[in-house]
Amino acid sequence: MGMGTKDLWVFIETRPDGTPRNVGLELLNPGRRLAEAQGGKLVGVVIAGEASIAAKAAGDYGADRVITIAGPEYKHYSTDAYAAAFTYLIKKYEPLTVMIGATTNGRDLAPRISCRIGTGLTADCTELNIDEQTGCIAWTRPAFGGNIMAVIFCAQHRPQMGTIRPGVFKKPTIASRDVEIVPESFYFAAQGIRTRVVEVLTHVGEKVDLEGAEIIVTGGRGLGEARGFDVIRKFAKAIGAEVGASRAAVEEGWITHAHQVGQTGKAVSPKVYIACGVSGAVQHVAGMSSSETIIAINKDPNAWIFSIADYGIVGDLYEVLPVLEKELRNILAD
Amino acid sequence: MNILVCIKQVPNTQEISIDPETNTLIREGIESILNPYDGYALEAAARLKDKNKDIRICALCMGPPQAEAALRECLSTSADVAYLASDKFFAGSDTLATSYILSEAIKKIESLEGIKFDLIFCGKQAIDGDTAQVGPQIAECLDYPQITYALTCEIKDGELHVLKETEDGKEILAVNFPCLVTFTKPNFEPRLASAKRKFAAKKMEIRRIGVADLCGIDRSKIGLKGSPTQVRKTYVPLVKKGGTVFRDGPPGEAAAKLAKLLVDNTVVKDIEQEDKL
Repeated sequence: MGMGTKDLWVFIETRPDGTPRNVGLELLNPGRRLAEAQGGKLVGVVIAGEASIAAKAAGDYGADRVITIAGPEYKHYSTDAYAAAFTYLIKKYEPLTVMIGATTNGRDLAPRISCRIGTGLTADCTELNIDEQTGCIAWTRPAFGGNIMAVIFCAQHRPQMGTIRPGVFKKPTIASRDVEIVPESFYFAAQGIRTRVVEVLTHVGEKVDLEGAEIIVTGGRGLGEARGFDVIRKFAKAIGAEVGASRAAVEEGWITHAHQVGQTGKAVSPKVYIACGVSGAVQHVAGMSSSETIIAINKDPNAWIFSIADYGIVGDLYEVLPVLEKELRNILAD
Repeated sequence: MNILVCIKQVPNTQEISIDPETNTLIREGIESILNPYDGYALEAAARLKDKNKDIRICALCMGPPQAEAALRECLSTSADVAYLASDKFFAGSDTLATSYILSEAIKKIESLEGIKFDLIFCGKQAIDGDTAQVGPQIAECLDYPQITYALTCEIKDGELHVLKETEDGKEILAVNFPCLVTFTKPNFEPRLASAKRKFAAKKMEIRRIGVADLCGIDRSKIGLKGSPTQVRKTYVPLVKKGGTVFRDGPPGEAAAKLAKLLVDNTVVKDIEQEDKL
């Protein structure tokens, strides 16, 4: 590659209907700061069946430029078509930095691209900075189950690439600015897609928006049984909260993975996080410790969750939650 | 049919803790285990073999000599043969260098055994690094199609059908051989070793692959120096100090006090009206 540009790219991942997932828009927030520090443009990249909705959103949330590739071969995500299209764009425009949301598709796509180009990729970052001495991105991520944070550089290869966990950064505020849309065409033959979709099984009747929630009530192993989530859901509904779950609760089969918070689930940073029967394993804490206020309810007085909670009650959540709801009603009714 | 399962020996990160005095990882006494996700990949291969006894399962691990223990565990449950890629020149490799070494080792095993692997199975990620990058990068090095986040798979009409997790739920993808699949946790646990297999596994040979065995390998692309990413520093994340915890008294009383605190500090501002009957 030649000298390349100083631009910072953010992949605006889309759903099959062409709407953008939150994480791409979230990344425009740190992307703006880092692009300015790099002295380049903030560029959104949309690869989709129909790119216009996501391209407009990327512009609304602050991209200077949006490069799009659209076509029926990109409507449903495939590793083959997306990796070919994205690599084509990187080779043509030579960005300095590429950021991709660490979703299931993002984590499928990014390593494939980085390997094809022969550059470094840092996974699941939760902090992004620029090293003043080298100008490199200081990609920061949890390792060893969240016990330590590692700061990783990609000094000699370009573009420097990273995947970033959803929910870590807040979407920027919408500002009207001039955005330049650059439609690119890159045809990928259907026969080149080596995986075939046999059946799509989407969660029905349940939309979980943990990243966007202001209040989250989470249930853990301490619930003891699936019924616990009935109690959690009732309380969550009353206070306008979304329902979260620890990995243990998901693995027990009490609730779907879409609700999972933590290292292998969603990273969240709501205003209020209410952890019920959650022990506070580092893997869980890694996904929720940046919540503004943490409330813990647990029978075990030694549960680690109490050491990071702002407020806590040592007690049985089946007794505590109904009383808490009743008391809140009494006070707020006045 | 031949299946290769890539595995890694990892420290049990559930047991790791931080020394509060020195703010460093306490590594002493932490057991080394087979990466759990690799165990699910091996189990997926074993379940295919349950239906077709002609399937041969090969386990490959890159790591130090002591990683042989993880390979023996695979032999004791379902692997037929095991290889350890171990060399000081491999040390310090990042995911790109690791996947390059593994893809070269796979080619070497194929030539040693006189076979072509139809399927390459990996765990979704290793629990120490949690990157999920090595599987897709091996697939790229070999130019194979890939499917990640797989739960289960079956062979159907000459294709592999894979049930996998997606952001919005699940889907079934079909793919031709050869291909690479990475596995996440399904709703079952891998089989346990029988005493007989365990005993046999102790005596089985684990073949070593070193850098000298990988004739075509570009030595400038492996190890610490051949890795595009470098860890500049590590630190222990700041843990927020605990706040007000009601430890004694009846839960109802504590809940009442907490409710008042939450409203006073405007943590909770309003509440939905109860349905009146």
